[in-house]
Amino acid sequence: MKIIVPVKTNPDLQMVRIKNRQPVLEAVPYILGDLDKNAVEAALQLQAEAGDTQVIALTLNQGNRKIKDTMKEALAMGADEAYIVTDDALVDTDQAGKALAIAKAIETIGGADVIIFGEGSHDGYSGQVGPRVAELLGVPEIGFARKLTPGGPGIQAERSMGDFIEVLEAPLPIVITVASEINEPRIPTLMNIMKAGKKPSTDWTLADLGLEAADVAPKNKILSNLAEEQDRKNIMLEGDVNAQVAALIDALTREGVLEA
Amino acid sequence: MADILVYSDSLNTAKELAFKGKEFAAALGMGISAAALGADADETAAQLGAFGADRVFVSKDAALEGLQTDVVSDALAKIAKEADATYVMVGSTRRGKELAGRLAQKLGAGAVTDVNSVELEDGKLVAARFKFGGATVARETVDTDIKVFAVMPKAFEIEDPVAGAGTVVTPDLSLTPSAVKLVETKPKEGAAVNLDAADRLVCIGRGLGAKDDLTIVEAFCTALGGELGCTKSLCDWEWLAENRLVGLSGAKTKPSLYISLGISGQVQHTVGISSSKVIVAVNKDDKALIFNHADYGIVGDIYDVIPVLTEAVKGK
Repeated sequence: MKIIVPVKTNPDLQMVRIKNRQPVLEAVPYILGDLDKNAVEAALQLQAEAGDTQVIALTLNQGNRKIKDTMKEALAMGADEAYIVTDDALVDTDQAGKALAIAKAIETIGGADVIIFGEGSHDGYSGQVGPRVAELLGVPEIGFARKLTPGGPGIQAERSMGDFIEVLEAPLPIVITVASEINEPRIPTLMNIMKAGKKPSTDWTLADLGLEAADVAPKNKILSNLAEEQDRKNIMLEGDVNAQVAALIDALTREGVLEA
Repeated sequence: MADILVYSDSLNTAKELAFKGKEFAAALGMGISAAALGADADETAAQLGAFGADRVFVSKDAALEGLQTDVVSDALAKIAKEADATYVMVGSTRRGKELAGRLAQKLGAGAVTDVNSVELEDGKLVAARFKFGGATVARETVDTDIKVFAVMPKAFEIEDPVAGAGTVVTPDLSLTPSAVKLVETKPKEGAAVNLDAADRLVCIGRGLGAKDDLTIVEAFCTALGGELGCTKSLCDWEWLAENRLVGLSGAKTKPSLYISLGISGQVQHTVGISSSKVIVAVNKDDKALIFNHADYGIVGDIYDVIPVLTEAVKGK
């Protein structure tokens, strides 16, 4: 079996500061998103259960200057091989452009039996790219998987639909997106971090995929991207705990949210 | 005539989209169509007509059973063409969010998912959604001929239904069944919780030292008459079920009173509480980010504060 995991490396959100309502991205390091790690882990667990399976991590470089290092994390977790597509045109593309580049890269690699995405990226969380890639490749999809098992006609999956759980099965090839509850991503051992540098990693540009910049031009226009203005009273209640609580009860009664 | 086409697998969300969609359609000089798909389509169609749809495209094609994304996106793409839709608005439920990407790809369209609000500006619908894990709000337009928006449930408010029903259209969709088969559905463990509807909400975070100490927090919730919610860490540790999660990947709440206990105030959580009327925060760190989001703050150890609060709110 061949599993391709398209992952996104994105700015570390814990390090993004807001200045004059604008997000400040300078000097913020890129990391592999948590949901992307869930996707890699899900692939590695399928590999362990199915046997004789290759796990390939694929990414589009959208401005991460240390992308090789970030991708080493996926390799250190256990992926066998990495593909990195770098192109200036990818920096400002949108979900449609990313899906096209990922689908072309999957075809160029020679296709896959299972393609596993996180349910959304850490920063944008649109959840569009997985379903778009499924459509481009003409394969079915199962979104928000919380459990994957090889078997049946190809794969069995459970997904959480809010109030209930669906158990599904489907033949391969298929696109899967995973929810964070599916697993706890492994932390690479020092030994595997050392080995990761020796694993094969291939660099491509859009031209290697038969694409031009115009093919990934964005279809959406972002008019603004600002932090919401906070309009809260920010009153700190002073004194010992009894005085603080008494003052709080008074205030909440005046606000009309507690009854007198 | 160009149309706004609306669809959701959740009837309530579909009504919201039809009701608000009619307002946008009127302003844009468009018609408003809805799609009702699956076994319950006739009943759904009547409801969507009453909530504003001029035309309802109905299909009970057997291939729609299980509402698999590949089949529903195929059905909606065909209906969008027949309705001459300029905008397609689907509900950003789990199924709907997955549907939006695939549908947009079929239509060669740009899409915006998890839309919190939509406004009409200069003859275009502008969608707002969270970005950077909730730290910012991006306002976007879509430039393709057909535009796909997946709108969050409850983003639009509805009023009473109007008299009259929409014209029912039964398109020939010739759908192919999905290769994905539903084996079974099973209930989720844990009792049903509806944090969206909570009027008083108490959320607990990493300030809680041990799972057993949840009893202290639960006693406070009972005294207050409030629901219990939590941050992602407590779900990850499996101290509380996923349906208690408040924030970006959980519930977006609108309580009149929200009380945070031992929560640092990461944006992934606060994005789910920003519509609260009054926000109270208790944290032992006076520099905790949560105080920036609070109307009233108490610097103190939750283990000291909760028992006093529990006594003080009884009967209020």
